Amino acid sequence: MAKPKTPKEPLPPIGVWAPAVALGWLVPGGGHFLLKRTGRAALLLVSITFMFLSGIFMRGAMFQPQSGDLLTTLINTGGFVGDVASGILYLVSVWLGYNQPDVAGAVHDYGTKFLVTAGLLNVLAMVDAFEIAAGRKS
Amino acid sequence: MPKMTLSHFEAAFLFALFTSVVLGVVTKRTDKERLQYGLYVFGCFLLALFGLGWLMHFGHG
Repeated sequence: MAKPKTPKEPLPPIGVWAPAVALGWLVPGGGHFLLKRTGRAALLLVSITFMFLSGIFMRGAMFQPQSGDLLTTLINTGGFVGDVASGILYLVSVWLGYNQPDVAGAVHDYGTKFLVTAGLLNVLAMVDAFEIAAGRKS
Repeated sequence: MPKMTLSHFEAAFLFALFTSVVLGVVTKRTDKERLQYGLYVFGCFLLALFGLGWLMHFGHG
């Protein structure tokens, strides 16, 4: 039997959640700091920053968007989005000239995955900040 | 710039640790649930890490 449909929650005004989400992108945990969830914000900041820095110290490669076959486009564009999602960490590392070529080796590979995952975890933190700002979560 | 040279286990352990903290923080609604879920996810990561490690060990013969 099909479940009864629950009414869709209306999207709150953009002014309510956009600052938290934007700050959350720029600084990992920043949205939570803005919303006065200091403990959770500190955990997010430390975890995501350490993950990103570990990726840098392992000499992980940053993705660049590439076109080609579907898999190449998906991996490189998706990886680029994941890298950029780290916010200020990504911007500073690029501004400072970090440009590690993709070379063979387990540690480099781990580094690349750490860099992308840091960004993806920051996306989760941004979604959480949105839910808190929208009043859907405490 | 310093360079980290980690073993597979050390790198996977760090990955599991950071990911578990974030998943614990963003997923649940109370601090107790967050702590429990974070530990649960971390345990699952370690279980998969050791399980796949032994699987590859025996797979290589």
